Amino acid sequence: MSRIVILGAGTAGTIMANRLRRRFADGVKDGTTSITVVDQDDVHVYQPGLLFVPFGIYDADDVVRPRGKQLHDGIGYVQAAVERVLPAEREVELGNGTRLSYDVLIVASGTRIAPEETDGLTGPGWGETMFEFYTVEGARALGEKLATWPGGRLVINIVEMPIKCPVAPLEFAFLADWFFAQKGMRDRVQISYVTPLDGAFTKPVCTQVLGHLLEDKRVELVTEFNAGRVDGEAGILASWDEREVPFDLLVSVPLHQGAEFVKRSEGLGDDYGFVRTDLHTLQSRCAPEIFAIGDAADVPTSKAGSVAHFEAEVLEDNIARFLAGEPLVPAYDGHTNCFVETGYDKALLLDFNYDTEPLPGKFPFATIGPMKLLEATYANHLGKLAFKWLYWNVLMPGHDIPAVGAQMSMAGKQPVLQDS
Amino acid sequence: MTTSTIAGIELEVDAEGFLQKPEQWTDAVGEAIAAELGIEMTDRHWQVARFMRQRFLDNGTAPTIRTLGKESGVDVKELYKLFPKGPAKLAAKIGGIPKPRGCI
Ligand SMILES: Cc1cc2nc3c(=O)[nH]c(=O)nc-3n(C[C@H](O)[C@H](O)[C@H](O)COP(=O)(O)OP(=O)(O)OC[C@H]3O[C@@H](n4cnc5c(N)ncnc54)[C@H](O)[C@@H]3O)c2cc1C
Repeated sequence: MSRIVILGAGTAGTIMANRLRRRFADGVKDGTTSITVVDQDDVHVYQPGLLFVPFGIYDADDVVRPRGKQLHDGIGYVQAAVERVLPAEREVELGNGTRLSYDVLIVASGTRIAPEETDGLTGPGWGETMFEFYTVEGARALGEKLATWPGGRLVINIVEMPIKCPVAPLEFAFLADWFFAQKGMRDRVQISYVTPLDGAFTKPVCTQVLGHLLEDKRVELVTEFNAGRVDGEAGILASWDEREVPFDLLVSVPLHQGAEFVKRSEGLGDDYGFVRTDLHTLQSRCAPEIFAIGDAADVPTSKAGSVAHFEAEVLEDNIARFLAGEPLVPAYDGHTNCFVETGYDKALLLDFNYDTEPLPGKFPFATIGPMKLLEATYANHLGKLAFKWLYWNVLMPGHDIPAVGAQMSMAGKQPVLQDS
Repeated sequence: MTTSTIAGIELEVDAEGFLQKPEQWTDAVGEAIAAELGIEMTDRHWQVARFMRQRFLDNGTAPTIRTLGKESGVDVKELYKLFPKGPAKLAAKIGGIPKPRGCI
C-alpha cells in the first residue's frame, strides 16, 4: 500500500495529483495506491489572470473555479487547514484534529502575501488609497478604484524579494501606462516603480530590456528601496534608510511568506516558511519521503506556474522511483518560462534556468518561433491570453505542452556578450 | 566552485564571494570581507554577523531581515544603517555562510 498525500490544491498540487493518478492508474484501481489532496478552501484561482482584473480585462469571476472539479476521479479531496507535519510519525495534523498518515508527502502549499508585516500598510487608507492585486478580493477592489480614479501619483512598490511571478509588478506598470492612455488621461498620471532590486529585474540582460521599456512608457524607476513603513493618510511610502516617495494611489506587492504550518513543522522549512528542498530532485532536506513543489519550495528560481509545471514532470518520475526503491534523478534545472504583458496587445517572453539567464531569440522552434524571446510582439500576447485556456485544459489535468520540455533548451537562443 | 584567498586563508566561495564552507571562517576573514565591502566592523556589526552565523549553524538556514530585527538585538532601522542596502545579505557574507536563498 502506498499512501500519497499532497498538501495544497493550487497549481502545483493539482497538476501533481492528476499526473500521479495517471501514473498509478492500476494501483488506484486495485486499492494499493491512494492519492489524497488537502486544501483549506474550495476556490482555485487562476492567478496569472489577477493581473488583468484591475484593468477590467477579466472579471474577478473569470479567474476562479472549484478545486475538487480540477481533480480526476479516484483522487481523495479533504477540505481542511493543515496544522503541521510530523515527519517522525509520517503524519499530517489537520485543523479539525484528525491525522493523515503518508508514505509519500508532497508539500504544495504555495506562498501568501502578508501586508500586515509592513508598518502602516493595512492601517488607514488600506483599500482606499493603498491596494494589492495578488488576491481575488484585492484585484477586484483595485479594479473598482481604477475605474473612477481621476489621476495623480501612482506608485507600484515591491516590499521585499522573493515574490511570486516577479514580472507581475512590471506588467502592472506597463498595463497601467496603456490603460490610462486609452482613457485619454495618461498626462494626468505619474507612474513610479519602486523596487528593492538595483534595476528593473533580477537578471542582467532582462533588466536592460525591461528597464528600457519602463523608460519608453514614462515610468519612473526607483531602485534599492527597502520599504519600512507606509502612511496612508499622508500618502507617503518610506524606506528604512529614510527616503520618501509620495503617492496618491499605492499598489503594493506585499511581503511573501510560505504557509504557516511549514514553519511549525520540525525541520521542514526556512525562516520564510519555504520548504528546504534539493534543487534538482525536489526531495526535501527534512526527510526522504517528503517532497516539495511550486512556490512552497525554496529552490532559487522564479515562483511561477510554469515552474510548477516543469517541476511536476521531474517530480512524478522521482516519486515513482522513490516508491520503487530506485535512486532519484537530479533532473530539474530551474527552467522557467514566462510571458510579460507589455500593454498595447503585446507581450514578451522569457525562458531561463538556474544557470542561463533569459536570452533573446525564437521560441519554441529555432528560427521559426512563432514566439520571440525578450521582444514585445503580438504573437506573445496571444500566447499569454491562450495561457488561461491551457491552464485549465492542459496544465491542470497534468498534460505536457507540445515542444516545451521540463529542461530548458538552447534551441533558437542567441547568446549575449555582456560586460560584467 | 572557485577559491579565493582572504586574510591569508584559501577559501571556497561562490561567484559573489559567499563562503561555501562556514567552518573555514575566522574573525579575521569576517573582518577582511567587511573591509572589502567598505564596512568597518563595530560591536553592533559583530552582534548581527555572529547572530546570523549561529542561526545558520543551528538551523541550516539563515534568518530573514525580519527575524534579525526581532531577535538579534538590533532593530531593522539600525540594521540598514550598519549594513546599507542589504543587511541580511551582507551579514551573511561577513559571517561566512552561503548566500541566503531569499536574496535571489
Ligand atoms: C498576479 C499574479 C500573476 C501571475 N502571473 C503568472 C504568469 O503569467 N505565469 C506564471 O507561470 N505564473 C504566474 N503567477 C504565479 C503562479 O500563479 C504561481 O506561481 C502558482 O500558482 C504557484 O502554484 P502553487 O501550487 O505552488 O501555489 P498555489 O497555487 O498558490 O497553491 C497553494 C495552495 O496551498 C493551499 N494552502 C496553503 N496553506 C494551507 C494550509 N495551511 N492548509 C491547507 N491548504 C493550504 C492554498 O489554499 C493554495 O490553494 C502569477 C501570480 C500572481 C499572483
